[in-house]
Amino acid sequence: MEAFTTHTGRAVPLRRGNVDTDQIIPAHWLKKVTRNGFEDGLFEAWRKDETFVLNAPERKGATVLVAGPDFGTGSSREHAVWALQNYGFKTVLSSRFADIFRGNSLKNGLLTVVLPQETIERLWQLTEADPTAEITVDLVDREVRAEGLTAPFELDDNARWRLLEGLDDISLTLANEADIAAFESRRPSYKPSTVKV
Amino acid sequence: MGRTLAEKVWDDHVVRRAEGEPDLLFIDLHLLHEVTSPQAFDGLRMNGRPVRRTDLTIATEDHNTPTLDIDKPIADPVSRTQLETLRKNCAEFGVRLHPLGDVEQGVVHVVGPQLGLTQPGTTVVCGDSHTSTHGAFGALAFGIGTSQVEHVLATQTLPLAPFRTMAVTVDGELPADVTAKDLILAVITKIGTGGGQGYVIEYRGSAIEKLSMESRMTICNMSIEAGARAGMIAPDQITFDYLEGRDHAPAGDDWDAALAYWKTLRTDEDAVFDHEVRIDASTLAPFVTWGTNPGQGAPLSASVPDPASFADPGDRLSAEKALEYMGLAAGQPLREVAVDTVFVGSCTNGRIEDLRAAASVVQGRKVADGVRMLVVPGSVRVALQAVHEGLDKVFTEAGAEWRHAGCSMCLGMNPDQLAPGERSASTSNRNFEGRQGKGGRTHLVSPQVAAATAVLGHLASPADLSDAPVLTEV
Repeated sequence: MEAFTTHTGRAVPLRRGNVDTDQIIPAHWLKKVTRNGFEDGLFEAWRKDETFVLNAPERKGATVLVAGPDFGTGSSREHAVWALQNYGFKTVLSSRFADIFRGNSLKNGLLTVVLPQETIERLWQLTEADPTAEITVDLVDREVRAEGLTAPFELDDNARWRLLEGLDDISLTLANEADIAAFESRRPSYKPSTVKV
Repeated sequence: MGRTLAEKVWDDHVVRRAEGEPDLLFIDLHLLHEVTSPQAFDGLRMNGRPVRRTDLTIATEDHNTPTLDIDKPIADPVSRTQLETLRKNCAEFGVRLHPLGDVEQGVVHVVGPQLGLTQPGTTVVCGDSHTSTHGAFGALAFGIGTSQVEHVLATQTLPLAPFRTMAVTVDGELPADVTAKDLILAVITKIGTGGGQGYVIEYRGSAIEKLSMESRMTICNMSIEAGARAGMIAPDQITFDYLEGRDHAPAGDDWDAALAYWKTLRTDEDAVFDHEVRIDASTLAPFVTWGTNPGQGAPLSASVPDPASFADPGDRLSAEKALEYMGLAAGQPLREVAVDTVFVGSCTNGRIEDLRAAASVVQGRKVADGVRMLVVPGSVRVALQAVHEGLDKVFTEAGAEWRHAGCSMCLGMNPDQLAPGERSASTSNRNFEGRQGKGGRTHLVSPQVAAATAVLGHLASPADLSDAPVLTEV
């Protein structure tokens, strides 16, 4: 996984709540068997509308997505995270994320930051007034900074450490393989098995 | 202090607990399908890792599979490649697969329970958010992303953040025309699409205890639509009767030992939930959605709400956008909304009980002119049972299309899609923009409402059918 320490970039204000993963990447893109090449599918339906914020020339190259509440609801498709990353986003800010999307984002080094809705509103106003305004997301100090604004955010120490180091979860788990084997050895025989009977 | 059902199942699966780390949980059953697994198998290959427990892993093809001409090569080359990739991966890593054409093929969340693999007190995961379905058996079951699919394949465990507990208690009698689908749609509208975020919901109360396993699965299935991590129902005699004798249910001494354990899987009297919601079942009515998320719903007898009536500015904006997308006007009675398509199927409502319910409504009637009705069984086994009972004939004689098993129009990854502007009454789980096809408009409904809607051509419940023409035998 790509490590995340601190990132500074211009933003895209997405003034919509309940952005589900079907909007982030529609189902027909899910037929691909790779983790890349999803950038053109990101918000595909909305991008057909030329007034959609992502189409504004001044948003080109922006790397910070500032979204409405309940971002990433619905389908568990990790393709939604890959599409955001393939497009160039490094971090997403929202007052609330759907659980599975949040888990997926942190596994891929896309930092999802939970901020109060008032802070999101201030960031929207800031970037709408000045599209060149930069936002810094600092995982080391766990704070978001922009002109006239410093907002702390929470992320548990373990998740933060894994992101800062860019660690591979599977390797971390396999370091405790003996615990898994011990658990397996005491598992009751009535538990289900997929082996054909 | 006592523990909730969810906490008991969690505690029984902790492989490793260490200060400052998420608990590492053992996974009893890992279900795979073609869409969310290819990149996970690639990860294993790149790191030279095997599948740790092929005996706890099973795959089926469902999302991409066509529901017509399944004996011919799949027309869409990209879909075909994805299915072929699953077949290659399962062969290479030794995973049991039920491909298109196999008698055990079907929607992954229909297949697990019917094989008897989904059991009380187990942990079940799948790279699919509707894995919450399996919670109907008292399993802790949840959807995961592809990175986690790879993690489970490699280690049979997952590091998991702690959850909070919510009780949704439904007491009283459900009115005769009200189904599990109406109940869960009403719950989601009440608590909102983010209301369950971070929670495992336990559905309990006298109205839940009376429900069949199929109905319980419908309810747990849509827990994710309220944002919940999982949904659960404590196992009871209805659960045990459903499981006994199934292919992978325990037998002999194992059955007795399992039963003794399963009977302990109830929330303790003195356990405390972090949040509680109470619903009086007798107040519920057939329920449909009018918007573009499953929390935008109302009783069928209501009208499309006025966005201005929402106090929260976010909800108001969301309702405005939804009405624009759906082509609906505030104040329009929901019963007057005409549809082009009716879809009966999916992991929410594609089981035999759902097909029986829809068939009983269309029996002796005709699908309205200009309406197409698709009936897609959740699995080949469900289809065979339906044929055995003559339900396929009931549907085709009414003018509906009887199709092969799969996810089909629930998400339109195969050719079963809405055209732009087309409107459906669908027994599936998501009414998101474009979910059933670009520009398509979806109303989520129960199988009974779907069938009555097909006959009348507008949103309706079976109670509205008294005036509908009935064919008499000549």
